[in-house]
Amino acid sequence: MSEAPAGQATAPGQAADEAALRAALASTARPPRPSALSATLTFGWRGMLKIKHVPEQLIDATMTPVLFTIMFTFMFGGAIAGSTQEYLQFLLPGILVMSVLFTTVYSGVALSTDASKGVVDRFRSLPIWRPAPLVGAVLGDTVRYLCAGTVVVVVGVILGYRPEAGVGGVVAAMLLVVAFAFGLAWAFTTVGLVFRTPSAVMNGGFMALFPLTFLSNAFVEPETLPGWLEAIVNANPVSHLVTAARGLMDGTSSAGDVMLVLATAIVLTLVFAPLTSHLYRRRS
Amino acid sequence: MPSQTTLAIEATGLAKSFGETRAVDGVDLAVRRGAVYGVLGPNGAGKTTTIRMLATLLRPDGGSARVLGHDIVEDADAVREAISLTGQLASVDEDLTGRENLILIGRLLGLRRPAAKARADELIGAFGLDEASGRLVKHYSGGMRRRLDIAASIVVTPELMFLDEPTTGLDPRSRNQVWDIVRTLAAGGTTILLCTQYLDEADQLAEGIAVIDHGRVIAEGTPGQLKASVGLGALHVRLLDPARRPEAQAVLERGLEAVHLEPDPAALSAPCSDAGRAAEAIAELTRAGIGVADFALGQPSLDEVFLALTGHPAEQASADDTAGGAS
Repeated sequence: MSEAPAGQATAPGQAADEAALRAALASTARPPRPSALSATLTFGWRGMLKIKHVPEQLIDATMTPVLFTIMFTFMFGGAIAGSTQEYLQFLLPGILVMSVLFTTVYSGVALSTDASKGVVDRFRSLPIWRPAPLVGAVLGDTVRYLCAGTVVVVVGVILGYRPEAGVGGVVAAMLLVVAFAFGLAWAFTTVGLVFRTPSAVMNGGFMALFPLTFLSNAFVEPETLPGWLEAIVNANPVSHLVTAARGLMDGTSSAGDVMLVLATAIVLTLVFAPLTSHLYRRRS
Repeated sequence: MPSQTTLAIEATGLAKSFGETRAVDGVDLAVRRGAVYGVLGPNGAGKTTTIRMLATLLRPDGGSARVLGHDIVEDADAVREAISLTGQLASVDEDLTGRENLILIGRLLGLRRPAAKARADELIGAFGLDEASGRLVKHYSGGMRRRLDIAASIVVTPELMFLDEPTTGLDPRSRNQVWDIVRTLAAGGTTILLCTQYLDEADQLAEGIAVIDHGRVIAEGTPGQLKASVGLGALHVRLLDPARRPEAQAVLERGLEAVHLEPDPAALSAPCSDAGRAAEAIAELTRAGIGVADFALGQPSLDEVFLALTGHPAEQASADDTAGGAS
């Protein structure tokens, strides 16, 4: 047969491989299965590695907020608030929210990309806590949210933004925004498994996020709007988030504002995390 | 005791539809522990769907199956603890390095970090991936990717391994490497369910084969049984001197029936499955002073088996030809 010469030609290497292979096969006893937390953190680590290998993917999460902050401040500052400086004080918490929320779409895009690859089959055939790949991925993504948020604050400070509640207020606002983003990301992971292609997820996600962020109090005071629009803006959960973040950074926050945001994040998680997990399990 | 059953896989009437398409239409399988078992069929026959159900990735619509004694629906987690899957798409993460892939799987199987790293390095050495271990998998060749894929499947030695078309798209050398790995795994006692569309692959590796077409098992047995079920083998003889063919035919007809003159003017053949009789016939030719250039006692190839079993009109016609030649 034609294989015979090829087999002989590679025989010495293969013999060595075979001995090593036998040794490799002989040496494994099955360890106890990992805890839910350990499996989840392992998937978080996987997310970190991807950022390490493709740092370019952080450009989206960092450049867009820089552009937003600069453009909005200088384009609209004079028109909306009379001066760029005054507008920046109002705008920055809103831009922080917008930048971080835009980043959550990538959680859905990443899952959609993953789902088209064979590696998901391996994950699903492992004896691990079923939602671990999803929870781990979204947890890993919070690093991205923090990057986006930090960039906005740094650019803001360079442009002259001064948080009245100091560093503590900024950190508190950032954590609140990331908590909300964690909840919202589950909505996009659900979309990520419903839509067929990553680019459809991206388009759908931004289509939803543009009205959600622009029809909020992130950029303008709702009192300046027509009555019907003001009602919409005031009902928008993103407005509640901007109000709470602005309050934390200005030192005027109320516990009620913060609780409302956290409750929304919890509801989003409770609705969409199980839904994502269900779709992920049933995927064929 | 479920864990003491001698069968690694027992499936009864397994079925799965996607919309109108009945991808798997009542598959029965019985695979002995420690066996390499081949599931042979063309693209779209239902091989991958069958594997995905057995590996708990898909829920069957009908029938039932036990893998290593555990029901694949009721006791899916116990199944997952004992199996590993090498899917048709490479089941590794393309955006990580080979080493990171192996560490990831080790961690997910419950190894502590240092143990997972040590195991990854051991497997990288054993699978000849040293140079590539730090590179992203998306830059790997097909053969390297397959080897990494199989390495990921044995980070913890599984009792049962599913291999879905492990050599599709590989060059002959990589294919031989994968075959050697499969043989070594099997020698170590791992049961392997091998899906393939290559007949020689099943013939080389598997002790039992189920031929599957349109979601059904259409034949089952050892490679030898499958060949025998289709028909006898044949003795093919090629003479040094074509002019002596009539003489050779007369000599052969002493011991064999239905000696047939081939289109090649120097060649004859006769149905024969007995090596002893074939050897005797060749010896007779030599005693008669008729020079033999070449002879072979061939079983029908698995290709012929498959074509005969799937029963396309073309194959029926050729079966008629054979019958005509014999009469």
